[in-house]
Amino acid sequence: MARASVAKKTNEINVEPSLAKTPTGIRGLDEITGGGLPSGRTTLVCGAAGCGKTMLAAEFLICGILKYDEPGVFMMFEENAEELTANMRSLGFDLDKLQKRKKLVLDHVHVERSEIEETGEYDLEGLFIRLGHAIDTVGAKRVVLDTVEALFAGIPNHAVLRAELRRLFRWLKDRGMTAIITGERGEESLTRYGLEEYVADCVILLDHRIHDQVSTRRLRVVKYRGSSHGTNEYPFLIGEKGLSVMPITSMRLDHEAPAQRVSSGISGLDDMLGGKGFYRGSSILVSGAPGTGKSSIGATFANAACKRGERALLFAYEESSKQLIRNMASIGLDLERWIDAGLLTIHASRPTLQGLEQHLVYMYDLVKRVRPSIVVVDPISNLSIDEFDRGLKPALMRLIDSLKLLGCTAMFTSLTSDSVSVVAESQAGVSSLMDTWLLLANLAYNGERTRTLQVLKSRGMPHSNQVREFVFSDNGVDLIDVYLSGNQVLTGTARVSQAAIESASIELKKRDHERRLKELSSHRKAIDAQISALNAQLEEREGAVTAAIEQENLEADRITSRIKAASKNRKATSKRVAEDRSV
Amino acid sequence: MMSTQTIPMKHEALHPRKAEWQLRLYVAGQTPKSQAALDNLKRMCETHLAGRYSIEVIDLLVNPRLAAGDQILAVPTLVRKVPEPIRKIIGDLSNEYRVLVGLDVQPLR
Repeated sequence: MARASVAKKTNEINVEPSLAKTPTGIRGLDEITGGGLPSGRTTLVCGAAGCGKTMLAAEFLICGILKYDEPGVFMMFEENAEELTANMRSLGFDLDKLQKRKKLVLDHVHVERSEIEETGEYDLEGLFIRLGHAIDTVGAKRVVLDTVEALFAGIPNHAVLRAELRRLFRWLKDRGMTAIITGERGEESLTRYGLEEYVADCVILLDHRIHDQVSTRRLRVVKYRGSSHGTNEYPFLIGEKGLSVMPITSMRLDHEAPAQRVSSGISGLDDMLGGKGFYRGSSILVSGAPGTGKSSIGATFANAACKRGERALLFAYEESSKQLIRNMASIGLDLERWIDAGLLTIHASRPTLQGLEQHLVYMYDLVKRVRPSIVVVDPISNLSIDEFDRGLKPALMRLIDSLKLLGCTAMFTSLTSDSVSVVAESQAGVSSLMDTWLLLANLAYNGERTRTLQVLKSRGMPHSNQVREFVFSDNGVDLIDVYLSGNQVLTGTARVSQAAIESASIELKKRDHERRLKELSSHRKAIDAQISALNAQLEEREGAVTAAIEQENLEADRITSRIKAASKNRKATSKRVAEDRSV
Repeated sequence: MMSTQTIPMKHEALHPRKAEWQLRLYVAGQTPKSQAALDNLKRMCETHLAGRYSIEVIDLLVNPRLAAGDQILAVPTLVRKVPEPIRKIIGDLSNEYRVLVGLDVQPLR
């Protein structure tokens, strides 16, 4: 048996015993009611015709059987069994099979006023017997009466009817049945015949509004005795798999803050974001005027994720899936390949097909089913017809919250008008929900438009403050390096021409340097030649002087030796003379 | 000629099925209301439909299944099966005039 106990807040003096709840199995409803409907009690579901009361009640029973193994009895007073079976089959529920398996009893009670004549006292024991018999046949734990109000048309004596209804609800409680009764919305009161007097435990109101030609369904828990519950209106969707209520996402902002980074698919952009890209689980807004390349950035992001082997989910609200694929192929992104591989899912639909809230419920459902690691919504700006729809921000807040809880990195593109100042204003509300804000703009300068991208904000990381130029090539999106000239950043042709001029002047300077060096070296050569000539002269002189000196020395020697020889001779001669004299 | 019948509280045809008026009385056990209804019914039939009727009494406590067939909610309920169209009369049948109107019987007075 599936029960969820919820203890009441302990700051009350009289603490009631904890209220057991029966889970409905309907997406989102169990969250809002804090566990489901009160067990063993009767819940009133009221709303105007066509709100989805029967659907909700039927799904309650079916989920009871399929998910919680609690058989049920559906006692219907308006439709007959075939009609209900056919309606539920369109949602994929097979009531015939459940009946065969003895888990479900469908009992159609038809009250025809014209057939009945009142002739005295009576009570409605027949109804009790029928219901009791049905419950006993399958051992039911859940009961639906849809809609008891039909009895008011058929049974003439309303006093008796009311008394018996009161008895019926007590009887259901005594037998421990968790029951839903449906009632149509009244003018003054919640239901036309005032059923809410008898059903005191839980009342749920369904609403179906048309706003600007678009319908929105909402659900509200008007009353839930003994339990805290969300008291707001919650949008819900009757989709292909039954009811889906947009659940409460974190009422406190307590989701995780992962530190991993995710590449944007454009290396230049990653560089601008602290070198690594976006934080995983963050929300990114890409806004810009028409034709600035928002969808391409979104598709590039998705493409990059698929390349890494991660799943990506792309919501396209402007182009059809095939058109998107074709257009992205022209810039070198092969999205078809990822779709075939099962990594990329594209959901395209006209935004005005449903109300804003319905879109979100559908998106949430799809995200939960596909479990992508990144989500791209392109664009969010036309999700509601009203350009300044005040419901956009809270709705987006819910979506972003739930995506963060699921750990998806989400990119939202938004169309704005052309001038930059207007952009900042109109997006101000939505941008506060986003962690990163990229602004795309086309600058018209010097006769041409250039695509530029700038990071207006990126929480938690240092980011570039430059306006970068980007181009589409056959390989996707490329960011051109920043070109500074003087004190300006140049883009486009101006950049190209300035670059040409500067490279030409560099070339020129280079040549000039070469020339001068050459000149210097030839000058040096000339000087060298002079030096060697002078050296040669010097050597020659040196040689001559040395030779002359040698010559003179030699002369001097010769003279000296002659003198010496002569003196020797004289000595010898004088000696002879002397000798001669002596004789 | 008056034919007396003892009518125990169980399913029993009192006259052959080919009776012109086939009436079925649904009750939920033996209660004063159901007893009163049966008594009233018998009296009225003998008075106005002598020899042309058959009464079948069905106790829903014994046969709860049968409540669905004739779409019985109130108890006691008298159902005129034949002649068609089906008519249902709820209550203990104490208002004879309305019973006759309901059954579309020309009162024989």
